[in-house]
Amino acid sequence: MTKEQRLKKRYRAEKRFKMYGLISVSLAVIFVLILVQNIFSKGSSAFSRTMIEVEVNYDSSLLELDSPINQNSLKDADFYDLAVESLLKIYPAKDSKEERQILRLFSPDFEFEIKDFLIKNPNKIDQVVPVKITASDDIDQLNKGNFPRDLPEDRRRVSNYQLNIYDNLIEKEKINKKFNNYLFTKGDSRDPELAGIGGSLMGSFFTIIICLVLSFPIAIMASIYLEEFAPKNKITDFIEININNLAAVPSIVYGLLGLGILLSVMEFPRSTPLVAGITLSLMTLPRIIIPCRASLKAVPPSIREAALSVGASKFQTVFHHVVPLAMPGTLSGTIIGLAQALGETAPLILIGMVAFVVDIPSSPVDPSASLPVQVYLWSEQAERGFVEKTSATIMMLLGFLIVMNFIAVYLRQKFEKKWN
Amino acid sequence: MELNNSKIKIKAKNLNVFYGKKQALFDINLDINQKEVTALIGPSGCGKSTFIRCINRMNDVIDICKVEGSVEIDGAEINEKNVDVVTLREKVGMVFQKPNPFPKSIYDNIAYGPIIHGAAENKDQMDNIVETSLKKAALWDEVKDRLNEPGTSLSGGQQQRLCIARALSVNPEVILMDEPCSALDPIATAKIEELIDDLKKSYTIVIVTHSMAQAVRVSQKTGFFHLGKIIEVDSTEKIFKNPANKMTQDYITGRFG
Repeated sequence: MTKEQRLKKRYRAEKRFKMYGLISVSLAVIFVLILVQNIFSKGSSAFSRTMIEVEVNYDSSLLELDSPINQNSLKDADFYDLAVESLLKIYPAKDSKEERQILRLFSPDFEFEIKDFLIKNPNKIDQVVPVKITASDDIDQLNKGNFPRDLPEDRRRVSNYQLNIYDNLIEKEKINKKFNNYLFTKGDSRDPELAGIGGSLMGSFFTIIICLVLSFPIAIMASIYLEEFAPKNKITDFIEININNLAAVPSIVYGLLGLGILLSVMEFPRSTPLVAGITLSLMTLPRIIIPCRASLKAVPPSIREAALSVGASKFQTVFHHVVPLAMPGTLSGTIIGLAQALGETAPLILIGMVAFVVDIPSSPVDPSASLPVQVYLWSEQAERGFVEKTSATIMMLLGFLIVMNFIAVYLRQKFEKKWN
Repeated sequence: MELNNSKIKIKAKNLNVFYGKKQALFDINLDINQKEVTALIGPSGCGKSTFIRCINRMNDVIDICKVEGSVEIDGAEINEKNVDVVTLREKVGMVFQKPNPFPKSIYDNIAYGPIIHGAAENKDQMDNIVETSLKKAALWDEVKDRLNEPGTSLSGGQQQRLCIARALSVNPEVILMDEPCSALDPIATAKIEELIDDLKKSYTIVIVTHSMAQAVRVSQKTGFFHLGKIIEVDSTEKIFKNPANKMTQDYITGRFG
């Protein structure tokens, strides 16, 4: 082979390599785009809710109030009869079967929505007022266009009679969409239109806080000690190997640990953020220690020598110079560790966070769900309404992860100091 | 020319240093005179740096390093367990091969030593220490208007003088310099050499250097190291004009090393 041929071959090899690189990068981008597009197209409709406007007659005689009308007596009152009376007026029904079908156009909470409206506007008593009431899941999906109308009636969840009412209401412009605040303020529910991630948001929040409080100081102290103070011998080698091994242990094993020790032996309350936080901090510890040690190691020895040579003690050298310089790496390692913990599902399933919890937890010892577990729970539900809720929850979770990773990158770049 | 009346500041006796199983220094006996510049020359890896790191016990930091024998400063042994290394290093400052300012402001670089030793009671005293240290290091005029800029923004030569000023800030008696000019250009080197000449009036200086010319220019006494042993120590004039040992002769004339 001549020199020119060899040179050409070398250039060809370089070109080929660049092309492989480009292909793999574009494949990766395409997959991410498909994933994001899929989630957004399914999930974006969950942020709106279909409402049906109904003329409600707040007839005080139907409430059977004994005491004078005030907020307390209204709270205790039974609004069911009043509500049904007004709802049935939206369309003529010829028998009780059709009346039931009319009521099924609305979410099962219609009674409470009508009641809440009066409690907020007590002067409307004995008046006829238009009130917007949340539509049932089926009408919601129909209105969002996710519902196939052309199927035969026996294979549809909405009857022909209900479809007629719907079309009639659309004509009268009684059906409209509004922003779905239930998605953020409500806990889990059997009815998709009433289900929200409020509970799992709070659950995830408490869990991550507990995880941060437990794992961050322990991980920092452990890595500073191991990196700067511990003698290099067989024991520290053994500890180092084990930390690396622990970081690679499947997360479900930590779930088993939480189940076996925290729940069975120590009898902590089940399905609570407290237990989830402790379990996840066990999992996160080695994952924070490793980047912390790496960033401590990356501080050049010349800085340590400089401090030691002016008479700083070992402790002063480490805490005045090495740790501040390692802080950006340490913080971003911690945040990325916490982001992993936020997205963790398997260990939480084992410690009982899959329980169906309607109430929003107000403290870390209340039973609760968490965002990834909520995704898991809703993805198993049959109702069409839960599909969009699942995707919306994934969007929220991805949003939090992106924000956390962004903070990590920002901290690293802002506080990273240059040395030579 | 040996100054017979000069006082011995540092005395190393039968000093042996091991890195793990490898012996780096063999039975070093060396006297370093007060308020003089002593240059240590020799090929790379001969133990010059290891030797000067014994004087402020910087070798303690290296886990596998073991020091045997004795080093005395003003007649006091420093290689004993009960010797406080913090006080020792306050007395024996060090300047390294590569300039290593802290990634902090010029002011904070100088102030750090006095702060940890509690040398200043108030801001005025600290300002004073910073100013005198920078003046001693011949850097004051160049940086007095930008004391709050990071030390790393200075040029290489200025950074090295900043490191010298930092070493001076805690009022040492001895300054160890480990090839302080090897990363600098000739102009910066000339400035540092001028500075060393000036500093020797008040400090005892030990300098490791690869430049024979530098040893001649700055030092009064020179020690030649080879493979962990001291081959010859004498006045700089004698070493470079009329060395007693053949190996020294060969090294300074560039026949090996």
